[in-house]
Amino acid sequence: MNAVWAIATTELRRLFVSPLAWSILAVVQFILAWVFLLGLNEYVTQIQPQTAGLDDPPGISDLVVSALYLWAGIIMLAVMPLMTMRLFAEERMNQTLPLLTVSPLSSTQIVLGKYLGILLFVLLMVGLLSLMPASLSLGTGLDWGKLAAAALGLFLLLASFAAAGMFLSSLTRQPVIAAVTTFGLLLFLVVLYISGNSQGNGSEVFVYLSHFGHFLSFVEGMFDSSDLAYYLLFITGFVVLTIRKLDSDRLQG
Amino acid sequence: MENLTRKMLVVAKGLSRYYSDHCAVDNIDVHLHKGEVLGLLGPNGAGKSTSMQMITGSLAPSAGEIHINGIDLLDEPRKAKQQIGYLPESPPVYRDLTVMEYLHYCARLRNVPASQRQESVGRVCERCGLQDVGRRLIGNLSKGYRQRVGIAQAILHNPAVVILDEPTVGLDPIQIHEIRHLIRELGQEHGIILSTHILPEVQAVCDRVQILNHGRTVFNDSLQEVKSLEQVFFDLIFREFEMGQTEEASA
Repeated sequence: MNAVWAIATTELRRLFVSPLAWSILAVVQFILAWVFLLGLNEYVTQIQPQTAGLDDPPGISDLVVSALYLWAGIIMLAVMPLMTMRLFAEERMNQTLPLLTVSPLSSTQIVLGKYLGILLFVLLMVGLLSLMPASLSLGTGLDWGKLAAAALGLFLLLASFAAAGMFLSSLTRQPVIAAVTTFGLLLFLVVLYISGNSQGNGSEVFVYLSHFGHFLSFVEGMFDSSDLAYYLLFITGFVVLTIRKLDSDRLQG
Repeated sequence: MENLTRKMLVVAKGLSRYYSDHCAVDNIDVHLHKGEVLGLLGPNGAGKSTSMQMITGSLAPSAGEIHINGIDLLDEPRKAKQQIGYLPESPPVYRDLTVMEYLHYCARLRNVPASQRQESVGRVCERCGLQDVGRRLIGNLSKGYRQRVGIAQAILHNPAVVILDEPTVGLDPIQIHEIRHLIRELGQEHGIILSTHILPEVQAVCDRVQILNHGRTVFNDSLQEVKSLEQVFFDLIFREFEMGQTEEASA
C-alpha cells in the first residue's frame, strides 16, 4: 500500500511539474466558467421571470447546475485522453518502465498506483469545478443533494474515462496513439448512446452499454445503485486488463 | 576452490528465452559470488541484455530457474527483487524531477523505511558524487551525471546483486574512469554483473568473464587465467562464425 501511495503521489507531482496539468485545469475551468455564466445569466434574465408564477418552478439547481456538469462531461471526452496517454506509453517511450518493473512491486501495485494518481487529479478537477455552483449558495438556496449527485456522477464518469485511457496507454509506446485510441473509444460509447436513443431501431442495450446514459441520471439528481455498479464494473474491468497486460509483457517480452 | 566457500548470490540454471521462434538465449548458466564482478561479454545480439532482463525479473525465462541470494525469483518475485539493483541500458530516470526527489521516490519504491531514507539517499549521493547536483532537474544534467543517478538508484536499497547494462556507453574518458572506479569499489561488498562489449573495460574491472555468442555461453573463466582477452574473444567469435559458414556451405 505504501508503494501504491508513493507511485500515486509522484504521478500527481509529475503532472504538476509539467505545464500540461496546469494548462488543462486552466482551460477547462475557463470554458466551464463561461458556460456557467451563460446559464446563470439566462436563468436570471429569462427563465426566472417566466416561471415565477408557477406552483413548482424549476430551480437554479435543475437548470444551471445540471447543464454545467453535463458540459463538463462532454468537454472531458477530449481532455481525459490527454491526461491518461502518458501513464504507460510515455514510460515505454522514455524507457523508464524498468524502474517500476525491477522494483519489488507487483503489477497490481504499479497499476493501482498509476490509477490512483490520475484519480487524485480527477478529484481535484471535479472539486475546482464544483466551487462554481457552490458559490451560488451565497445568494440563494441550493439543492445540495442534487449537486452532490452530479459531482459524484462526473467523478465516476471521469474515473471510467481514466481507466479506459490507462489500459489503452499500456498497449502502446506512443502517447499520441494512446490519446487517439482513447478518444475514439470514448466517442464511440457516446455514439452508442445516441444510436440507442435513435428513432425506429434504437435499442436499450446500446443505451445501457454507453457510459453516458448512466451519467445523465446522476446529472438529473438521481442516484441509482445500478449506475454506480456499471461504473465500478467498467473501471474494474479496465484496471484488471491493464494488470494483465503488464504481466503478459513480462512473460512475452 | 576459493569460490566454493564464498556465498553464491546469483544461481541461474538452464536459462532459455524464445521470442516466438527466434531463440535469443539458449540454455545458459550464470553464477555470481559475493564480492565478485562478472563481465558478460559478447557481440551485439548475443543475448546479453535478454539474460540480464531475465535475472532482474523484468522478463520471464522460457525455461530455467533463477535464485537470487537463495530466493527463487519466479516463486517470490517481490522478495527476490528486493535483493537486486538494476541499471538498464538507458537510465530509467524521470527528467522532470530533481535528483533528490527522484532518489527519494526510488527509496520508497524499494521499501526503504522512512527513518532511513534520508541516510540512504545521502550515502548513495556521496558514493556517486551527486552531492552538488541534488537540487537540479535530471533533464538538465549531462549524460555522465544521469548515468550516475542511474547507478545511485540501483544501489539505493543496498541490494546484494547489482546488475549494470553497458554503464559506460556515451561517456567521456574521465567519466568512464570514474564509473569504473565506482564499480570496482561496489564490487567489494556487492556482487556485480556487468554487461558490455568493450574488452578493455572487462579487463579493467572484472574478476571473471562470461562470453556469450548466439545465445550460448562460449567461454566462462576467471580473468587471471586469461593472458589476452582480445585474443580469446576473437578466437571464439570467429571460430563460431567460420563453423557457421562451413555448415552453410555444406548444406
